[in-house]
Amino acid sequence: MSEEALRAAVAASALAGEGAEEELLRSIVEVARAIFEAGAASIATYDEQADELVFRAVAGAGSQTLIGTRFPSTQGIAGWVLVSGQPLVVDDVQRDPRFAGDVAARTGYVPRALMAAPLLVGDRVLGVLSVLDRPADEPFGVAQMDLLSIFARQASIALDVISRARGAGAALDGAGDADVVARVAGALGRLSPRRRAAGIALLSALERLLAETPEP
Amino acid sequence: MPGAISSLPSNSLTAARATEITFASDWPFEVTPDWAWRGSTGSGVRVCILDSGIERGHPLIGGVERAVAIELDDDSEIRIVDDQDGDLFGHGTAVGGIVRSLAPDAGIASVRVLGARNRGSGEVMLAGLRWAIEHDYDVINMSLSTSRRELLAALHELTDSAYFRRSVVIAAAHNMAVDSYPWRFSSVFSVGSHEQSDPMCFYYNPAPPVEFYARGLDVEVAWQGGGTLRASGNSFAAAHISAIAALVLAKHPELTPFELKSVMRLTAANTTGARH
Repeated sequence: MSEEALRAAVAASALAGEGAEEELLRSIVEVARAIFEAGAASIATYDEQADELVFRAVAGAGSQTLIGTRFPSTQGIAGWVLVSGQPLVVDDVQRDPRFAGDVAARTGYVPRALMAAPLLVGDRVLGVLSVLDRPADEPFGVAQMDLLSIFARQASIALDVISRARGAGAALDGAGDADVVARVAGALGRLSPRRRAAGIALLSALERLLAETPEP
Repeated sequence: MPGAISSLPSNSLTAARATEITFASDWPFEVTPDWAWRGSTGSGVRVCILDSGIERGHPLIGGVERAVAIELDDDSEIRIVDDQDGDLFGHGTAVGGIVRSLAPDAGIASVRVLGARNRGSGEVMLAGLRWAIEHDYDVINMSLSTSRRELLAALHELTDSAYFRRSVVIAAAHNMAVDSYPWRFSSVFSVGSHEQSDPMCFYYNPAPPVEFYARGLDVEVAWQGGGTLRASGNSFAAAHISAIAALVLAKHPELTPFELKSVMRLTAANTTGARH
C-alpha cells in the first residue's frame, strides 16, 4: 500500500469508527420522524447476498422489536421501492394484505400510512427510508414527497461515505500492522483538544525518534 | 389534423409526394377536450405496461391481452417468457387499473421488468422496452428509469425508434435529484404529479423535462389480492396520461407522438382553463 493510499485509508477508517454507522442511521430516522411529525421512521438496508431488506434503524413505534428483522426484497411496498428506485406513498397500508400480514405478525404495529423513498447512490439502491403515520389531519402530499426525496438523498450520501470508509478500513486489514495507525488516528479524533494536542506531541516525538534512530 | 402518412420515411420530398402529405384545409381548427377524447373508450388502442406485472383476473382490470416477463437467467442472459407470476408487488396492477378505469376498451399488455428474477436491472428495462416497440404498442407506460450512463445511448435510440414508429412512450418522472432516463428524453412524455383529484385533469408544464402533471396523489388503485388501496407517486400520474393518450388515439389514430403531445398541450387544464 502506497503512503498516499495508506493516508486515505487511515483517514477514512478513523471516520468510520466503532458505532459510527449505527449512530448515523439512528440520527437519520430520528430527524426524519421529527421533520414529518411522523409516528415512526425506519431505514432498511439491502443485503445483496441474502436478497433481503434488513431493518437497521427505527425511531418511534416498533423501535424495540424491528431492528434486525429481515424481509424479502422481492415483494411488497418497500420491495417495489427498492427494485424500482422510485418513491411511493400508500395512505392505507392495512389494505395491503402482504404488508399487514408480515409486519403485524412481527411487531404488532401496522401503520395507517407509509411514505417510502429509495436510498440511492448512482444506480445502486442501498436501502429504503420509510416514514409512517403523519398526524391524521395532515396526509402525505406532493410537498412531503419532494421533501422526503431531498432528505433521502442526503441520507444516501452519508451512508455511502460511511460504507466507503468501511471499505477503506477493510483495505487496511491487508496492510499488516498499519491498521494500528488508523485506530490511533480514530482515538485521537475523539479526544478533547487539550489531550489531542498532548497525544500529537507524543507521536511527533516518536516520529523524530524513528527518523533519528539508525537501523540495527 | 394531418392524415396518416403510410409511405416509408423519406429524407427528401418529391413534388409528387408533396401532394400526398397535404393536410386537410380546415386545419388548424379548435382543438378541444370534446374533439380530442369525449366519447372515447380507448377502443382499438393497445397499451403496454412495463412494470412489476399485473395480477391475473383482478376485478378492476379483468383480462390482459398479453403478459410476458423479462428475466435474467443464471448466465445473466435476457430471456423473454410468458409471465406466470403476475404481480409480486402490486404496483403494476395499480398502473393497469388506472388505465382500465379511464380507457375501459383499450387493450392492455403487461411486461414484467421488476420482480424476482430480474432485479429491475437497466438491461431488463431496455429489453422490455424493445419488446414493446417491436410489438407496435400504441402507448408504452414506464414507471421506471435508469441512471447507468453506459445504457443511455441504447435507451435514447430505443425511445427515438418508438417515436418514429408512433409508439408513444409515457414515463414517470423521478422526483429525486438523480439524472435518470428515459423520462428526461424529449422523445417521451414525462409526467409528474399534481394534487387535484380529477382523473382527467392534467397540466402542461412549459418548463421541461417534466412536460405534464397528472393525478398522482391519493389515488384509489387496484392492488394485490383483488383489492385496492390509496397510493401516491409519479407512476400513477404517468398511468393517467397513458390512459388519456389512449382515449385520444382511439378517436384520432392518425396522430404522431409530436401531434399527440400538441393536442395534449392544447387540451390541458392550464390551457382550457377548465378541469375535465
